[in-house]
Amino acid sequence: MEEIRNYTMNFGPQHPAAHGVLRLVLEMDGETVVRADPHIGLLHRGTEKLAESKPFNQSIGYMDRLDYVSMMCNEHAYVRAIENLMQLEIPERAQWIRTMFDEITRILNHLMWIGSNGLDLGAMAIFLYAFREREELMDCYEAVSGARMHATYYRPGGVYRDLPDRMPQYKESRWHKGNDLKRLNQWREGSMLDFLEQFCADFPSKVDEYEDLLTGNRIWKQRTVDIGVVSPEQAKAWGMSGPMLRGSGIAWDLRKKQPYAKYAEVDFDIPVGTNGDCYDRYLVRVEEMRQSNRIIQQCIAWLRANPGPVIVRNFKVAPPGREEMKDDMEALIHHFKLFSEGYCVPAGETYAAVEAPKGEFGCYLISDGANKPFRCKLRAPGFAHLSSMDEIVRGHMLADVVAMIGTYDVVFGGDRQVIGPGIGNRESGMVDAGSPQHSSFLSVAAVLALRFSIPHSLFSAVKP
Amino acid sequence: MIDAMRDAMLAWGDTGLVGWTVLKILVIAVPVIIAVAMFVWWERKVIGWMHVRMGPNQIGPWGLLQAFADVFKLLFKEVTRPSAANKTLFYLAPLIALVPSFAAWSLVPFDWGLTLANVNVGLLLLLALTSLGVYGIILAGWSSNSRYAMLGAMRAAAQTVSYEIAMGFTLVCVMILSGSLNLTEIVMAQAGNKGFFDWFGFPLLPMMVIYFVSGVAETNRAPFDMAEGESEIVAGFHVEYSGSAFALFFLAEYANMLLIAFVATVLFAGGWLSPLQGWITADVPWFDWIWKGGWQWTFIKAFGFSFLYLWFRATFPRYRYDQIMRLGWKVFIPICLVWIVVAACLKYFNLVTIGA
Repeated sequence: MEEIRNYTMNFGPQHPAAHGVLRLVLEMDGETVVRADPHIGLLHRGTEKLAESKPFNQSIGYMDRLDYVSMMCNEHAYVRAIENLMQLEIPERAQWIRTMFDEITRILNHLMWIGSNGLDLGAMAIFLYAFREREELMDCYEAVSGARMHATYYRPGGVYRDLPDRMPQYKESRWHKGNDLKRLNQWREGSMLDFLEQFCADFPSKVDEYEDLLTGNRIWKQRTVDIGVVSPEQAKAWGMSGPMLRGSGIAWDLRKKQPYAKYAEVDFDIPVGTNGDCYDRYLVRVEEMRQSNRIIQQCIAWLRANPGPVIVRNFKVAPPGREEMKDDMEALIHHFKLFSEGYCVPAGETYAAVEAPKGEFGCYLISDGANKPFRCKLRAPGFAHLSSMDEIVRGHMLADVVAMIGTYDVVFGGDRQVIGPGIGNRESGMVDAGSPQHSSFLSVAAVLALRFSIPHSLFSAVKP
Repeated sequence: MIDAMRDAMLAWGDTGLVGWTVLKILVIAVPVIIAVAMFVWWERKVIGWMHVRMGPNQIGPWGLLQAFADVFKLLFKEVTRPSAANKTLFYLAPLIALVPSFAAWSLVPFDWGLTLANVNVGLLLLLALTSLGVYGIILAGWSSNSRYAMLGAMRAAAQTVSYEIAMGFTLVCVMILSGSLNLTEIVMAQAGNKGFFDWFGFPLLPMMVIYFVSGVAETNRAPFDMAEGESEIVAGFHVEYSGSAFALFFLAEYANMLLIAFVATVLFAGGWLSPLQGWITADVPWFDWIWKGGWQWTFIKAFGFSFLYLWFRATFPRYRYDQIMRLGWKVFIPICLVWIVVAACLKYFNLVTIGA
C-alpha cells in the first residue's frame, strides 16, 4: 500500500485571495496546513534603488505606489524624512491638512481592508458597501491633487496646494440623472471641507451598517474568533505594528507615542484587542475608522477657522507661484533649478516613521549632501507581519489561511518593495562586500534591527 | 387539442410512444433551461440591488438578454483540457452532473396531474437522483488532476453526503404525515379548509427550514459554497473547465437550485394549493386560482424559495469546511431525529388533519 503523504499546494500568485501577488507554498495534510512558505518579491519594483537615482522630489510619487491603498501616509514618512534632514519649519495649516489626509487615508485603507477581507470570507455585500464610501474619499484625493490614488500631494515643506473651494460634482449621464443626480451632488455644493464635513457626519452610520453585516454575524464570528491568535509577546518578537499589534492588546500607536503632524492636538482613542485573533483585529480596525472620523472632524474645524500658507515660502524646496514666475526673473530661476536639479539635502541620516493604516511605515534616509538620496530604506509594516505567516497558520485549515491573509492586510506593492538589502537575499542589486557603502549598510541594518526588533539571525546572511 | 395530439402519436405504436415521451420531456426540459437563464439574470440583478449597484443592464431591456449572451460566449469558447487529465472522465463528468438534475424534474408536480412521471416512490427516486449529481462533481475534481479541483471535489462529496442524511430525515417526517411517497399525494395530503395551516410547513416548520438549508448545502451554494469557494480554492471542482463543459456544470447547479425550491414547495408549502384554501369559495373565471389553487401557486412559491438562495448569497460569509460538517451532523441531524418523533406523535394522536 502506498504511503500517505502530505501534498504541496501552490497558493497564488494568481489567486483571488492572494491580495495581489502573494505566493504561498502550502504543505497540506488534507485540509489542514502543515507548513506555509510565503514567497515574496513578485511585485518588486526596486523603489529604493530608483530613489537613489533621482532628485528627492521625484520619488514622492513612488511612495504612493508602495502601499497603494494608503498612499498619502507613505508620502508622509518620506517627506518627513527629508524635512528632518533639511530642518524645515512646516506651516501649521499644512500639518493640519496632512493630519486630515492621513486619516482619510486610514479610512480608505480600512474600507479596502474590510471589503476585501469580507470578500475573502465569502461576504460579498460588504465589499461594495465599503467601496461606496471609498469612492467619496477618493474624490477628496482627486479634488486636492487631481489623482484618485497616486496623489503626490505632500511635498517637503508642506502640501502642494491648499484645499479647493469647490468640490467636483457628478455630471448628468444615463445612470445619474434627476433625483439620483441631486442626491449624489447634495454634499458637493460647497467646498471640499463642506463635503468632508457632511461625509463625516454620515460616516458613523455607514460603519454601523458594516457592523450590522459582520460583527454579530455567527458565520463571521465562527470564521474569525480564535483564528490566527497572536500573543502580545509574539507580536513584539515579530516586529508587528499597527492593528496587528493593537489587536493583541498592546496600545502602541505612533500617533500617540511619538506624535507627528498635529496628532498631539487632536483628541482620539486607540482601540486595542484582547485575544489577538482575527475578530479582535477586525474590531480594532472598525473602531479605528470611527476614531479617524473623529480626527477628521477636528481637522475640518481647525482648517475652516485658520486660513494660511500650506507650504514653506522657501523657493529652494518649494516652487514659487505661477504668477511670480511670470514677472520675476529670480522666481523663474528658482523654478527651473527646482524642477531640473532639485535641491540638495544636507548630509546626514534620519529615520522618520508614521503610523500608516497597516502599521509603522518608516523611511530611513541617508543624504551625502547631493540632490539625490544616498540611500533610502523603507520600512513597510506588512513585511514583518508576513514573516509570522508560517507559525500562525500552522495547524489551521486552508480557509483560515485566507482569513489570515485578509487580516494581515498585506499590500505587496509596499511589503515586497522595501525588503532592503541586508535582510535575506531576496533583493538583487546588493552591495558588494567590501565596497565603501557596505559599512553604512550594516549600520543601517543594525539600526533597523534595533528599531524593528528584527531577529539578528536574519542579518547573519549578509555578513561578508 | 393535447389529447388529440397524444392519440395521434400513440397511434404510431411504440415509436409514437417514444416520440410522445420525448415531447413531454422537452416540454419540461426546455423551460427549465430557459428558467435557469432567467434565474441567473434575476440573481445578478437582485444581488446587484442588494449591493447598491445595478446588475446587468447593457444587453437587452434591463439586461434581460445578458444570460443568453453569457451562454453564447461559453458555447463558443474553447473547451480546454489539462494535459494530465483523464480524458474520458473529464468530458463525462459534466454530463453526469447534469443528467440527474434534469431527470429529477420529471417528478415535480406543477399542478394536479401535471407531472411527467407520477411515480409512486417519487420521494425516494428524488432523493436518489439528487444524490447522484455528486458523482459528476467528484469525477470532475478527480479527473482534472488539479489540487484545487481535488480539494473541491472532496469537500463537495463530504458535504453532500452529510446533508443528504439531514435531508432524508426531513423527507421521512413528510412521509410520516402524508403516508405516501408519491409527490402528488403529498401535496393533496396538505389540502384542507384551514388555508395555509394545512400545509406541512406548519407542523414541520423546523423541518422545512432544515430541508431548505440542506438543499442550499446540497447544491453547494453560499454560504455553503466551499466546494467552489472562490477565495479559497478558486473555483473548486470545475476550476479546469471552460466553455460549454463549464456551462453544463453551471446549468446543473442552477437546475438543482430551482429543483430544491420546487420540491420544498411541494413538500412543505402545499404545492399548487392556495394559502387561502377553504376560506374563499367564490367562482370567478381567471382569478379563482388565487383561492382555489393552481399551477401559478407552485411557481409563485418556488420563486419565493429560490429568492432565498439569492438573499443568502448576498448576505452571508462562507462557512469553513469543518463548521459545515458540524452544522450538518451535530445540529441538523439531532433536530431531525427529535422531529421525526414529534411528527410520528402528531400522526398517531391525529393532531394533524391529512387531506381535505
